[in-house]
Amino acid sequence: MSDTRVVVVGAGPAGMRACAALVAAGLTPILIDEAARSGGRIYQQPPQGAARPGRELYGFEAAKAARIHALEAQLAGRIDHRRETLVWNCFEDALDLLGPSGPSRQPFDALILATGATDLALPFPGWTLPGVYALGGAQIALKTQGCGIGRRVVFLGAGPLLPLVAWQYVQAGADVAAVLDATPFAAKLRGLPNMLFAPATLAKGAYYVARLLAAGVPMAWGVGGPRAEGDGRVERVHFVTAGGDARVVACDALGASFGLRSETQLADLAGCDFVFDRRTRQYVPARDVAGRTSRRFVYVAGDGAGIGGADAAELAGERAALALAEDLGLPVDVNRAAFLDGRLARLDRFRRGLETAYPFPAHLLRDIGDDTMLCRCEGIAVGALRAAARDKGAPELNRAKAFTRIGMGRCQGRMCGRAAAELLAAARGEDLARAGRLRGQPPVKPIPMIPELLS
Amino acid sequence: MQFVRLKPRDGETVALTIDGRSVEARAGDTLMTAILLHAPALRRFEFGDGARAGYCLMGACQDCFVALADGDRVRACTTLVAPGMAVRTGTRDV
Repeated sequence: MSDTRVVVVGAGPAGMRACAALVAAGLTPILIDEAARSGGRIYQQPPQGAARPGRELYGFEAAKAARIHALEAQLAGRIDHRRETLVWNCFEDALDLLGPSGPSRQPFDALILATGATDLALPFPGWTLPGVYALGGAQIALKTQGCGIGRRVVFLGAGPLLPLVAWQYVQAGADVAAVLDATPFAAKLRGLPNMLFAPATLAKGAYYVARLLAAGVPMAWGVGGPRAEGDGRVERVHFVTAGGDARVVACDALGASFGLRSETQLADLAGCDFVFDRRTRQYVPARDVAGRTSRRFVYVAGDGAGIGGADAAELAGERAALALAEDLGLPVDVNRAAFLDGRLARLDRFRRGLETAYPFPAHLLRDIGDDTMLCRCEGIAVGALRAAARDKGAPELNRAKAFTRIGMGRCQGRMCGRAAAELLAAARGEDLARAGRLRGQPPVKPIPMIPELLS
Repeated sequence: MQFVRLKPRDGETVALTIDGRSVEARAGDTLMTAILLHAPALRRFEFGDGARAGYCLMGACQDCFVALADGDRVRACTTLVAPGMAVRTGTRDV
């Protein structure tokens, strides 16, 4: 079995737990990650020289972060950890890599994709101005660099990250000018019953909101019509309250995003079937409870398989590794697998509650004008996408892409693809699932023109 | 400048230039941090008006590509600052 080539992509909570379980099963996985150090984005470690106490970086999650980071040391020598290495293409049985020593091709017999998620971006007027950042980006600036995205910051969002990041900024000494939640307060109460399936997580969320209010940070729920304005950079944010009043807040930075979206390009290139996940309004790789995809010996785990959060990612990473070991004919602890399945089912109930508490803010897209920039890579406006959907008859995203170049820019649709699907479906008056998804294209991220790659 | 260092720290200083101006960063700063502590933006937007100062900070959006004097283009949010880097933002007159 030691010559079985098992590759894990992603060194976040899912990928690290997968590696640990694979090692326990007697395998020697190859772990590939773009970062120099383990942790993924949620438990991202500052670069050498920028270290700070874990409690300051990860708050309540410091112990979990420390355990994931400790795994990296425990697994040293028992896994082949390829750091600072991009997987930019995926074939049936091999990956194209670009690492510190150049490009290479890595064959595999089995593959676990733990590729995580990014912020869910939605366009609004002024969202490309300097000083406007994704909410998760604002958190990374603080976590890994000890920096704020500005001196006087507005936060806008539609997910549990919103109160957390805002509170972290207050604690770090930033002036938080306003916290604007695009989802209604009443939705939080509707989500309560299911969120009780993870009471500790629920309590933490309530704690951040309570602390923000106690600190006198202006907060509003159910806001609409956000607009960032300024002369060459963001200087103020306009919005409309739930009651319909127009408001404006002066600031020099805005952290705004509206949930999370799964990174699924490699699963797509691997040939995995996808299904529409109505809860998170996105296409995700089809999988069984253990993470098996439609492709034999290709598994998905963590937020890259569907949004579940860091705790679920740890469990899912281990569960996928057990499935992989079982599929290779190795002995597997069935009790452990059943335990993981049970825990994952509970967290799934919690997640259902969370999605109820933070419903997708569809009104933000309904309200935006045709001149708002949709594709931030190439400056393509919302109107172009709507025209392709209505006038040129583009029935789904890839056709619309051919008409408009939406999704062809450097980000490969990561920042515009979800909004484009929503806008296309709305323009055509059709169900969101019919808008489809942008097909993954290699390279999944920009790579330099290297002579070896051209031959 | 766009960023503010909320958690000042000691450590080795790293000298770089931004549009010819000499500035200092700290070891462990990303190139994005090093630039935005001293400048309002990273680059000119090549498809329209205005400048860009990055967006996702996690290597996904590719908004933070900056040009170095040697002709290289690097993703500033995932590149650590190194001594002698010479950045050309081209945004002075934007």
